[in-house]
Amino acid sequence: MIVIDAINDMLGVVKSGSRAYYMWMGLLALLAVIGVLFYFRQIDQGLIATNMRDQVSWGWYIANFTFLVGVAAAAVVLVIPYYIYDYKPIGNMVLIGEVMAISAVSMCLMFILLDMGSPERFWHLIPGLGIFNFPESILTWDVVVLNGYLALNLFIVIYALSKIYMGKSYKTGLIWPFILLSVPAAISIHTVTAFLYLGLPARPFWNAAVLAPRFIASAFCSGPAFMLIIFQILRKRTNIVISDKAIHKVAELITWAMAFNLFFLITEIFKERYSATAHIAPMNYLFYGLQGHDHLVPWIWSAIIFNSIAFLILLMPALRKNFLTMNIACVLIFIGVYIEKGIGLVFPGFTPDTLGEIYDYMPNAMELWISLAVWAIGLMIFTIGAKIAIAIQTGEIGHANPADH
Amino acid sequence: MSDDTKGNDKSTITRRKFLAGLTAGAAALSLPADADAYMLEEYFRQHFKRLDKDDLDDILKKLDEELSFKFGKKVNVKATPPMDNVVYGYALDLSRCVGCRRCVYACVEENNLSRNPQIHWIKVLEFSKQNHKWQGLEHSNRYYDPPKVPEKGRTYVPVQCQQCKKPPCVKVCPVQATWQEPDGIVVVDYNWCIGCRFCMAACPYGARNFNWGKPSVPNENINPDMHYLGNRPQYKGVVGKCTFCIQRSRVGKYTACVEACPVGARKFGNLMDPNSELRYILEHMKVFRLKEELDTNPKFFYFFSLGSPVKS
Repeated sequence: MIVIDAINDMLGVVKSGSRAYYMWMGLLALLAVIGVLFYFRQIDQGLIATNMRDQVSWGWYIANFTFLVGVAAAAVVLVIPYYIYDYKPIGNMVLIGEVMAISAVSMCLMFILLDMGSPERFWHLIPGLGIFNFPESILTWDVVVLNGYLALNLFIVIYALSKIYMGKSYKTGLIWPFILLSVPAAISIHTVTAFLYLGLPARPFWNAAVLAPRFIASAFCSGPAFMLIIFQILRKRTNIVISDKAIHKVAELITWAMAFNLFFLITEIFKERYSATAHIAPMNYLFYGLQGHDHLVPWIWSAIIFNSIAFLILLMPALRKNFLTMNIACVLIFIGVYIEKGIGLVFPGFTPDTLGEIYDYMPNAMELWISLAVWAIGLMIFTIGAKIAIAIQTGEIGHANPADH
Repeated sequence: MSDDTKGNDKSTITRRKFLAGLTAGAAALSLPADADAYMLEEYFRQHFKRLDKDDLDDILKKLDEELSFKFGKKVNVKATPPMDNVVYGYALDLSRCVGCRRCVYACVEENNLSRNPQIHWIKVLEFSKQNHKWQGLEHSNRYYDPPKVPEKGRTYVPVQCQQCKKPPCVKVCPVQATWQEPDGIVVVDYNWCIGCRFCMAACPYGARNFNWGKPSVPNENINPDMHYLGNRPQYKGVVGKCTFCIQRSRVGKYTACVEACPVGARKFGNLMDPNSELRYILEHMKVFRLKEELDTNPKFFYFFSLGSPVKS
């Protein structure tokens, strides 16, 4: 009976809301529908409807996938201080962070499915039914860790929320090993995703060991930056209590992560520039343009400038603790890393291609609309998940004290 | 892998029967039984290496019927197995290549490659020699179009699948849709590939082509002599590649590109045969392979039989 009560309570939470909530969900639903309509076109014509070609065989979808793996992994930035170091102020944020991880991984899986040439054959990947080329193919590792991370976070969030719903503490012996496991799992999803790229000697731009640590560093900037903005919105619009102290702590962590991200960038650039081998072509293409092909150049410099400005802002305690400047830094970081991981990583890895051809890839409108739809669906998952989590955490719904509402 | 397959034989058969049952069951539910049953069979078809002889014969027969009907001529799809003691190798004489691209188009015709959108398994790179120095790959041009070839001051480097002994493309495939046959040919099961294109990212030679759109070949241009792992028509959303004309090489013929080359720059043969022309070239010429530093160990060699490559 409790389960039915709980489901009814949750449905009530999802159904009721302010006008802004309805408009927000309506907008997301509209974007999702538009994207689905475009996706029908892609299914019908094939991936030729995108701007991808043999020369640049992965594009905007995989770029978004890569970025979102980082966002998903970033939940660990909240998990470590709260669970491992028992840093209490962050408590109310952790479950929301995990809901964000769930939404981000769901978006990752959608982007992968979108990018498949023959998605209807997905059963070929199912062990037993099809052939799962594990451990040879690093892509199968990614399938394992992404789905594992999704399952882990779903379990933790559902378990924790049902405990809180019942008015009990969820930090029990049962959940503890799963929480501990979620830390290396978060690191693993981004490491394995980096390995997809850096394990390819055919692509010198990716074939660098620094790629994996740099993925982690940039993920620990972009994900938490996104979260900080969301948390400020949530604490304004809902009853959840998130202290300034907690927000400042996360901003401090972002500063460290961005320091490492920029440091790794410098080592990458130094290695290629100083070595000056034939392998520098993709980097030149990205930063300076190659034979007049320079359409990525403004993007990457914007990204670097955004990240650097944000870093300088966050480095100064006065500006970091000022909400206006901190929010500017967060937005700059989110955009900067999004460009860096998408336009700055995937496209130049393929350009020039392995036979030296330069194909200037940029996504077309259809790819953008479809990707926007995935973001919309992901944000819907997040909004609903966060709304329920907050309602339970603030005691708006719960079985222990039904008289409250 | 083959050991693996053997080990799984029992379960494979059970699974196959299960799937066959599913297919039959689903077919019984729908009305125009034949076409639907065929589509379902195709959808649930197992990996090439998991098909037993009966299954394969059945599939080939149905493919013959389907393709003969579709193209209006008698099509024969084979699955000729590799020959014992044969590993194919290839050598290309860069000093003779004139860049005419007849190999490219012979390959398209032989292998039923899509004309629209156009797919080429062989790419010929044109390099210009400036300051007596070869320029890097990114200075090559695939789309050269002079009235006459060869042009003075230019060299031509045809590139196709290098049939690596350590193929990076095979390693990365998440579903083993591509693999190396005992005779060294790297093949793709067009019915198993999920179109993730990881192999294309991994290939250092641009040797893999994706069917971005629905491949199309005019009926009159169809080459009806087909191999299941080679030149049968491919599908939208799957990867294809040069197979050393598996439909020809496995019955002892030269590949189409070898036959089409007007200057005899292309040599093909059995690396295991000490008397083959290929072995002669390897033993008497200075040969090199593309991107040797990657240690992919290609079975595709380049050599110069006439003087130095720098003079034109």
